[in-house]
Amino acid sequence: MKAKLFDYVERHNTIYDLSGVTKLLCFLLLTAAVMFSYDIRAIAVIMALSLVFLWMSKIQFHQIKLMVIYVLIFLLFNFILTFVFSPTYGTEIYGTEHVLFRIFGHYVVTSEQLLYQVTKTLKYASVVPLGIIFFLSTNPSELAASINRAGVNYKAAFAFSLTLRYFPDLIRDYQDIAAAQQSRGLDLSKKEKLGKRIKNILNITIPLIFSTLDRIETISNTMDLRGFGKEKKRTWYAAKPMKRNDLFALGLSLLLFLATIALSIFVNHSKFWNPFV
Amino acid sequence: MKKMFQVSTKTIVATGLGAALFAVLFMYVKVPTGIPETDIQTAYGLGSFFAVLFGPIAGGLIAFIGHALSDALQYGSIWWSWVIASGVSMFLVGLSYTKIRADEGEFGWKDVLRFNIYQILANVIAWIVIAPVLDIVIYAEPVNLVFTQGAVACLWNAVSCGVIGTLLLFAYAKIRPKKGSLTKEE
Repeated sequence: MKAKLFDYVERHNTIYDLSGVTKLLCFLLLTAAVMFSYDIRAIAVIMALSLVFLWMSKIQFHQIKLMVIYVLIFLLFNFILTFVFSPTYGTEIYGTEHVLFRIFGHYVVTSEQLLYQVTKTLKYASVVPLGIIFFLSTNPSELAASINRAGVNYKAAFAFSLTLRYFPDLIRDYQDIAAAQQSRGLDLSKKEKLGKRIKNILNITIPLIFSTLDRIETISNTMDLRGFGKEKKRTWYAAKPMKRNDLFALGLSLLLFLATIALSIFVNHSKFWNPFV
Repeated sequence: MKKMFQVSTKTIVATGLGAALFAVLFMYVKVPTGIPETDIQTAYGLGSFFAVLFGPIAGGLIAFIGHALSDALQYGSIWWSWVIASGVSMFLVGLSYTKIRADEGEFGWKDVLRFNIYQILANVIAWIVIAPVLDIVIYAEPVNLVFTQGAVACLWNAVSCGVIGTLLLFAYAKIRPKKGSLTKEE
């Protein structure tokens, strides 16, 4: 249990020096493209590019190891569940059936199902590098500024910035309280019965939640005293100005987004790419 | 008088810290049920508690930001359909904001019933309608898989809101001074 997941390390390279707004908009455009399309060719191109960007950003593998493991477990789980629940979903989508081999009953492996599941897995996997780049290469204090500049109301952006500011504090509080309660004999493991375990968990969360309520009181009074929310707009210390590279990155993402949509509308005539007809 | 959609400084701060707390609980404090990937999330109990105290906007944003943050930290990407469903469920629970007066020290059995009706309806709408439909529209997941997942999520989240949310509201109402508890001495 480590609070190290969100470790922003200051670096200077092409990706890190992009403005937060650029990275947010590129992230949203590219993930929207991947989410929309079910064409494995478009997804593979975006995946390859995002891996290149990940390499360019020089993010170290040990920073993202835990995430990669989680994602792999999740993808494997989803892959198996999809087949168990709907082994013929690919046939339904593509309208043809090319049987590769039969396992038993209606559990048949078809090339349609294989294409559907591989596409889907790639679809999920391709967003991960993009997310990693966005979250690890953007200064947390700049995130709120970029969300606001991307058009979100600054009060909501400020709430988000407070979240990032207090997240590590609350993890530390939680660990302190959990350690204190466990040293008094509170058992959270599977050895305890479900009802008792919920009660024990409450004994840890209640102090955490009620101390947070006190904090909310203090912080909102402080902000009120300093006149927060008086004006319609505000400026941010951490906002970075847009440069030439930002425009280039935005242009590239927009192009990829439009190309993916165009491919679906004009070439495939559906969200799916059907090589079987 | 409490206004349903008013955004004060306190709402914003409660949203910010609530979302952080939601993310912490979402990542660390789950009750394993024995079935993989379907733990009881205590975060929803907390979310429903904050939604009742600070209203639908705070509730919705707390779950939306908190869920998105913990997804991003754990998986490096965000599972939008479920994040949106989370936000919607807590927004709907928050609609009971003007009806329940736990902050004035009042939380009786009638309020327990009222809160639980709201939270069960909210969970059913979010997890049996919105999450599966978005899964199908955005990710083209197989229909029976997403509805099974949705039903399981609905059940455990309703349990979390019902047990943890109710207990938190009880505890909170107890430490708040009752309205009109002071009388003028003659």
